Amino acid sequence: MGFKSQPMTNVVETPDKGSLFTPEIRARIDKWIVKYPEGWQQSAVMPALRIVQEENGGWLTTELMDDVAAYLDMPAIAVYEVATFYSMYELKPVGRHKICVCTNVSCMINGSDGIRGHLEKKLGITFGQVTEDGKFSMKEVECLGACGGAPMMQIGKEYYENLTPDEVDRILDGLE
Amino acid sequence: MSEQLVTIEIDGREVKAKAGAMLIDVADEAGIHIPRFCYHKKLSVSANCRMCLVEVEKVPRPLPACATPVNDGMKVKTQSPLAVTAQQGTMEFLLINHPLDCPICDQGGECELQDVAVGYGSDVCRYVEGKRVVADKNIGPLVATDLTRCIQCTRCVRFGAEIAGVRELGATGRGEHMQIGTYIEKSVDSELSGNIIDVCPVGSLTSKPFRFRARAWELVQRDAVAPHDSMGSNVHLHLRNGEIMRVVPKENEAVNECWLSDRDRYSYQGIYSEDRLTKPLVKKDGEWQEVDWKEALEAAANGLKAAAGGDGDQLAALVSPNSTQEEIWLAKKLLQGMGSDNIDYRLRQGDFRPGQPDRPWLGMAIAELEELDAVLIIGANPRQDQPLLGHRLRKAAMKGATITYINPLQLVLNYRSSQWVTTPAGMLEELAAVGKGLNLRRGIIAQTKAEDRHKALAASLKEAGKAAVLLGPMALAHPDASMIWGLADAVAESSGATLGLLPEAANSTGAGMICEAENNGKVRELLENPRKGYLLCNLEPSLDLHDPALAGKAFDKAEFVVALSAFRGDSLDAAADVQLPLATFGETSGTFVNAAGDWQSFAGAAKPLGEARPGWKILRVLGNVLEISGFDQDDCGQVLAEIEESLAGRKPENKVKVDVNEERWMPAEGMARIGDVPIYAADPLVRRASALQETVHHVEAAVRINAETAKGLGLEEGGQALVSQGDGQATLPVVIDETVPANCARVQSALAGTEKLGAAFGAVTLTKA
Ligand code: SF4
Ligand code: FES
Ligand code: FES
Repeated sequence: MGFKSQPMTNVVETPDKGSLFTPEIRARIDKWIVKYPEGWQQSAVMPALRIVQEENGGWLTTELMDDVAAYLDMPAIAVYEVATFYSMYELKPVGRHKICVCTNVSCMINGSDGIRGHLEKKLGITFGQVTEDGKFSMKEVECLGACGGAPMMQIGKEYYENLTPDEVDRILDGLE
Repeated sequence: MSEQLVTIEIDGREVKAKAGAMLIDVADEAGIHIPRFCYHKKLSVSANCRMCLVEVEKVPRPLPACATPVNDGMKVKTQSPLAVTAQQGTMEFLLINHPLDCPICDQGGECELQDVAVGYGSDVCRYVEGKRVVADKNIGPLVATDLTRCIQCTRCVRFGAEIAGVRELGATGRGEHMQIGTYIEKSVDSELSGNIIDVCPVGSLTSKPFRFRARAWELVQRDAVAPHDSMGSNVHLHLRNGEIMRVVPKENEAVNECWLSDRDRYSYQGIYSEDRLTKPLVKKDGEWQEVDWKEALEAAANGLKAAAGGDGDQLAALVSPNSTQEEIWLAKKLLQGMGSDNIDYRLRQGDFRPGQPDRPWLGMAIAELEELDAVLIIGANPRQDQPLLGHRLRKAAMKGATITYINPLQLVLNYRSSQWVTTPAGMLEELAAVGKGLNLRRGIIAQTKAEDRHKALAASLKEAGKAAVLLGPMALAHPDASMIWGLADAVAESSGATLGLLPEAANSTGAGMICEAENNGKVRELLENPRKGYLLCNLEPSLDLHDPALAGKAFDKAEFVVALSAFRGDSLDAAADVQLPLATFGETSGTFVNAAGDWQSFAGAAKPLGEARPGWKILRVLGNVLEISGFDQDDCGQVLAEIEESLAGRKPENKVKVDVNEERWMPAEGMARIGDVPIYAADPLVRRASALQETVHHVEAAVRINAETAKGLGLEEGGQALVSQGDGQATLPVVIDETVPANCARVQSALAGTEKLGAAFGAVTLTKA
């Protein structure tokens, strides 16, 4: 009777789901819900958090996590657990462009420290911070599976590999 | 397949086990100890701590015994070099982040981590780097957190999900950053929350009221039975120098399993509350004066004798159903010795018409509740009234039972159920309609219409392997309780379901057996026709009676009122002429009969405070002073033997003889009061338990109505309403509450501010104040 084998759905389903999010966001989440068996809507928690985060400028507030919980009829704490476990969810505001710098082994050997130092000097922030204009934030990440192009970073949905300080300047200057 | 037996070998011993059983269970059964942290027999297996690693022949690596099913011919070694190395390795890793603060840790001396470290750890620590620190969280007044000590076994999280049925605690973050908590600042509010202290193997979760008050090895352990609800949970009292320092569950699979409700765990604080009555008091010229026992007993005896004036019927005894069998028995004997049969324990009952069961009970063993397939529950809120009976019902629901409630309130439940919420008067119609669904025609059943849901429920009760129809405290407090019994009996009989009661108090069932309610007094009559002398046992007139206004008047009129009480309170001060200090739970020996009719005796453990004395002794000596024969018992056991002899093996039974066509006393129209009893207001002891009173379950008197009803009356949240009932009135704050049906006002009983009001369930009027 573990709570892994049974969906831990709330006893009382949320009555007015129509008041949560926007119709567009709901439609996007619903697409994921139907992929799972009936009663297992909580299985869609990860895509739901991703969608909601995307629509909120890249980060999740407690209120938004509560709304996701209500929408999926699951306990709020179970949503907090997921959101704090995975590093792709942001629980504090981020910049318009979130620069994820890999500092794991391959990238470290190939000079990720220098990339990090260059970014810090250029932007005046370090990991976990946002530039004053809200344009950039920096985040340290573990191996993104692109060791062949180390050192590397990810901004938005793009990977940028074989970085040098000049290359970094060129990339950042090209961003809106 | 699951019944198939296999033979395995553990440490060279041959052991028979069910195929598929987990190795750790099989070893436990055989008395072979395997260390563990995350495994708990009542929780799902999570296999995250790796402390239970053992060697299994032909498997190259050690396996976790808690997650390894046994199969035939398996050879297990729990102490081989491989197993021991694995256990030592695990222990070393577990201790990396665990602080060495045992000297200031409340768990010290009773800590699974300490024990296992001594037994299975290595003796040197190679780790010299920094340890992680986790900020403590405030999760409410009952449980203290020291999360740096957490070993992340997740027992507390699984307890919430699987037993308490509410996910409040969680494990947030990952790896090194994983933390137990609520993430947001929030208290843990389950009525079973204290059990996380017991399941936590380390000192990460400990009892807040007990914190830093005693060390485990200073405590003496005594057994007792919890004094609140009708579960009769078995407990251990932990005492130091004769004072109860804390209460923990004593395992009894047939009753409370290994759990305890928060009410039973923390109510001991009430014993030492400031208004504890510790000296006999006599009212002289309207002033209370402390006197010695002799004077008090003589005053009590003379007062009662004078009040009776030779007419026994002028005396009545009202005893709380939280009193022991021995107390109730001696009170009855005392009255009989003075020529009176007027004794009753049904303090919160709303209807005394004949035909209701004389000695009502659950109708089954407690463990049978979880085997039920279909249950109809009328007028009950088990999570509030008997939390662990509620837990058994939840277990039934999790196994697939259909549970239906007919209540004047929407309950917050921790399992799926159908809740039919209606006015108090409407409850009868709903129940009658189920009868109609069973093709019954008698009485008011004929006039109701069975809708599909009634028919479906009727069919499910009929078709279920095991079904029950259960009444709760709100059904008994209903002005038409006898009709509810009658209808419930009709439904149960024709569907083949068992009829039962979820009794409210620790000794309701036992009290029923002694008082033989049908033949003896009936609280309402004893108050409506005031008697000249009253004996009150373990109750507060304004809080523990169905109709405090009526009670107040009766005691005002009475010539003499003797109260046995553990506490002082305004209403008792006003009502009584003599107050005799009563020993409480833990201080007195006695017997409670729980819902299932189990007789459970216990000995006194703590020293009664001040001059307080056990109730059975007080009554016995009072009997001596009154020169009534049969009051020379030397100990509680003799009283018990007398009771057993007199009951001659008589058992509780739910025999109902009600014509379901009686006059209805609950008006169908107009505003109805719903006067249920809040969880931590149920009896004098729990009302004084300070930590429980700081929880979210503490309530102040208020008028709870739904938004629509409020609008119709021109009332709003935060405003004041004048509540009138008969000639009693109270001005109370308005709370908008959508769990209350239209045209009803939930004005809970047993709360200060409601003492001038009348019956817990009945007609009321509300106006803007
Ligand atoms: S707080 Fe206690 S029960 Fe909960 S995970 Fe930590 S060690 Fe286990
Ligand atoms: S180490 Fe940087 S991508 Fe793998
Ligand atoms: S007890 Fe088996 S892994 Fe924890």
